[in-house]
Amino acid sequence: MFEDDEIVAQIPHLRRFARALAGDRQEADDLVQDCLERALQKRRLFHTGTNLRAWLFTVMHRIHASHRVRAGRRAKPESLDESVHVVPVRPEQEARLAVSALQRALDLLPPEQKEVVLLVALEQMSYDEVSRVLEIPIGTVMSRLHRGRERLRALLAGGGQARRVP
Amino acid sequence: MRPVSDDDLHAYADGFLPPDARARVEAHLADSRGDAERIADYRRINEEICGRYAGVLEEPVPDRLLYAAARRRNGRPWLRVAAAVAWLAVGVAVGSGLGWWRWGPGAEGADTTLANLVRPAVMAHAVYVTEVRHPVEVGRDQQDHLVQWLSNRLGSPLRTPDLSRQGFDLVGGRLLPGSDGPAAQFMYQAAGGERVTVYVKARGRDSGETAFRYQSSAAGTTAIFWVDGPFGWVVAGALPRDRLDAIAHAVYEQIGS
Repeated sequence: MFEDDEIVAQIPHLRRFARALAGDRQEADDLVQDCLERALQKRRLFHTGTNLRAWLFTVMHRIHASHRVRAGRRAKPESLDESVHVVPVRPEQEARLAVSALQRALDLLPPEQKEVVLLVALEQMSYDEVSRVLEIPIGTVMSRLHRGRERLRALLAGGGQARRVP
Repeated sequence: MRPVSDDDLHAYADGFLPPDARARVEAHLADSRGDAERIADYRRINEEICGRYAGVLEEPVPDRLLYAAARRRNGRPWLRVAAAVAWLAVGVAVGSGLGWWRWGPGAEGADTTLANLVRPAVMAHAVYVTEVRHPVEVGRDQQDHLVQWLSNRLGSPLRTPDLSRQGFDLVGGRLLPGSDGPAAQFMYQAAGGERVTVYVKARGRDSGETAFRYQSSAAGTTAIFWVDGPFGWVVAGALPRDRLDAIAHAVYEQIGS
């Protein structure tokens, strides 16, 4: 069990992870809302003294995974190079474009890899914690982390290169 | 010596390796430019992701999420809202010249004051008091600006309470969406790191003036609140009641016109 203000204190962290996962603000907050409602329904299953944030991330992960199953496989988004080469780049736009390039690159990752990469980056979770939160073996954590990061490296290679007109 | 694996490189980039393993990876990186670049890229990816989404932690939490977090099964809407603050204790009479009085469960306007003033104040307290890097929107170095800005937004002149005699220094303040208009939160911190917040919003049409009232949550946060003149006030903190009392009195005396 936990108190309402303990769960409230976790909302900003849940929103940040959801935003990175979903990309879209509305969709992310829908996910957080589902997560909070589910968490309150299941609050008796939470063991006092254990990590509330980790438990909430597990709840959110399960909901996100079930949404994915329901939605089926989405069509692949356009590739990074095609989507950004039309944009003329002024120096002050560099930062903003780099940001959107990051979001686009993240969106190109399979969701399973994206979750691992994000939990480590945003929450500084240890690989053991990620393994518990996502309920997968540690070896799977490591291989998803590796494939996810290598994919991001390739997509973001050289920073500005992705914006060159092919 | 065991060769350096991909797992080692990730753990090194994330800072998870113990010193001996770190030394082994560093010896390897000295000979492998490619792997050194990978480490740099992994770290840059972490930094970019953190930087890109850091702002989300500072955004005001939408009401619908606060409500979702407070909702209990089988609760009627008003009860759910009141349950948001998980109150245990209700109303203590103390006669200190301020006219404190006991607040029974049937008191007129009690639900409205709880829902519109106390609940959002305690929620805001819970959200921001744990913030290390961005506890406030405007710091105390811009105190004049802060007070002017919040006064304008709340529609009546406001003063920043000075709690230094109670051992609390102003950290700063922020504007928040209240239940029916803007609200402001001032945050204070003691030398030992304890924090209290002072929440103020324009008095609702339906709430009359009140004396001091107490609520404490099971999680240890106590709130003292009152409605006075144009504003409703809530002092919240996880402090012994006598310390919070002293703070609430100081606020009350300083803001009274």
